[in-house]
Amino acid sequence: MKAWLPSLLRLAVVVLLVAFVTNPGWFEPLLKPLTENNAPVIYNQGSLLTLTLLHLRTVLIATVAATIVAVALAILVTRPAGAEFLPLSRSLVNIGQTFPPVAVLALAVPAVGFGEKPTLIALFLYGLLPIFENALTGLTTLPASVMEAARGAGMTGWQRLTKVELPLSAPIILGGIRLSVVISLATATIGSTVAAKTLGEVIIAGLLSNNLAFILQGGLIVAALAVLIYDGLSAIERYTVRRMGREAE
Amino acid sequence: MTPRLDKLGVVIAAISAYAAFAAPFATFRANRIVPGQARSIIEALPATTGPLLLVIIVVAALIALFKTPLALRLAASVVALAALALLIGIAGTFLTPAGNTFARISPASGFWILIFAFTLLLADVLTRLNLSPLARVGVLVVAALAIGLLLISGSWNDLSILKEYANRADSFWAEGSKHVTLALGSLLAAVVVGLPLGILCHRVERLRAGVLNVLNIIQTIPSIALFGLLIAPLGWVAAHVPGAAALGIRGIGTAPAFVALFLYSLLPVVANTVVGLAGVPRAANDAARGMGMTDRQRLFGVEFPLAFPVILTGIRVVLVQNIGLATIAALIGGGGFGVFVFQGVGQTAMDLVLLGAVPTVALAFAAAIILDAVIEMTATKRRDETA
Repeated sequence: MKAWLPSLLRLAVVVLLVAFVTNPGWFEPLLKPLTENNAPVIYNQGSLLTLTLLHLRTVLIATVAATIVAVALAILVTRPAGAEFLPLSRSLVNIGQTFPPVAVLALAVPAVGFGEKPTLIALFLYGLLPIFENALTGLTTLPASVMEAARGAGMTGWQRLTKVELPLSAPIILGGIRLSVVISLATATIGSTVAAKTLGEVIIAGLLSNNLAFILQGGLIVAALAVLIYDGLSAIERYTVRRMGREAE
Repeated sequence: MTPRLDKLGVVIAAISAYAAFAAPFATFRANRIVPGQARSIIEALPATTGPLLLVIIVVAALIALFKTPLALRLAASVVALAALALLIGIAGTFLTPAGNTFARISPASGFWILIFAFTLLLADVLTRLNLSPLARVGVLVVAALAIGLLLISGSWNDLSILKEYANRADSFWAEGSKHVTLALGSLLAAVVVGLPLGILCHRVERLRAGVLNVLNIIQTIPSIALFGLLIAPLGWVAAHVPGAAALGIRGIGTAPAFVALFLYSLLPVVANTVVGLAGVPRAANDAARGMGMTDRQRLFGVEFPLAFPVILTGIRVVLVQNIGLATIAALIGGGGFGVFVFQGVGQTAMDLVLLGAVPTVALAFAAAIILDAVIEMTATKRRDETA
């Protein structure tokens, strides 16, 4: 494959995505064959752009919160003071991953009510696990010689953490964040079953009125967002790998 | 000598103190959808059992708080969990007014937090005991038997989740078997297609990137959209391919859910097969070639057995993921435990949500423990053989 082809494809996806969410009317003839009985072709109960931005906002808030908590926890259990919690936290992560997102979402409703909040909770909890796991891997697999050198150079515990351990683990932690974002982007659509304003609204409207055009546009926007964000984060990751000389896995 | 504090114990003691003395133990509602009234442990239980439960919780929390032998901690967590499980049923009976069939009693936040706290203690003990894979499955079986006994004995019958169950006993098992069929059936189909595809990708390098990229992109399509998108093609197949409709292929219902789960399952199976085969040591392959093994013999006699634990890891990911995703099938009429979840969300009847969510979580959890044990056993067996 030629080197410029992926970049060109990426650019095409960006252009199409922006054009679609800002001017969905242009694409009406393309989607028209998918509808029956003169049903509306483009989602008409809200602007696609607003829903896309709300969708991204929900994912962003949940991911930022999950990153802060997961990395803080991983740092805590890898310090001597928190070492006692390490085996337990490992098994909790394993257990946590078996909880289906729909169940988390539905169970959060009685506690916080309908709307954006249960979605944020589900995305936050679900996003925690990959980031925590990767942060733990990153912090526990540092080369012993590097740690030794840092100690020998007279660095304090805090300096070692911020100047050596975290920068060296950054690529692996980023890998976890990337995984978590892609999962969250898709899971956020389920949030619309509990009345959160996300792109899931478009898909569910399509399911309820048997309108394939709605399902397709909602699904494709989310998929395009996920592919682009995945690519973007992978690029950042490769950049940090080059700087740190360490790779995930 | 002053007894030393256990760090995790401090956390457990703090949250269980809050849950036992400040949070509600059970919720009383006049019917299934009105807001409930909170009842503390003392209010929710008969005069003697309430204080008894508090004593058990305090003693167990104290055992957790200090550095105590593992056996004592194990006993404390098991006794506390058993007491909670038994007494929430008694609270249900005690709080239900005689002859009233509308009143609903459900466990409240205090109960759930206490369960969480002592499960944490139990999980910590089990992790520190470093159990063998078989022993872990044994613990799971014992726990499942205990819960099964409690369910059969009827001691939980006055709790609202079981009242929801009593109203839907038939459909519960029907949806349950649909759920399991969907999750396992699509896994089976993915293994049947994914293994050969993975082997092909391993052998033919040109295919590898293309196939894995396509499967990766499928993963980014949100599940509800993929379910929905399959309605149209399958509907078309049902209408135009003779015999398809007779096989149960239809636009809505189980067929699109099955196909969607199958598509999601392919990536982990194919990717792990490729990774597993790539990880087979060169020396093993060279030795096999030197012995004059044919390609096929090498695949089944050397490569495949060595890659097996990695492939199993992919299957574990798929199974746990499928059990969770199958809940979404309910949105397109595919059945499964999701039916109760979404009905419950629609009626704001949280007990109904629990009726769908609890078995799903339990299934996924059991599947994860069993497959983890199998993976560990095959991996250690392999190591012993090669050592």
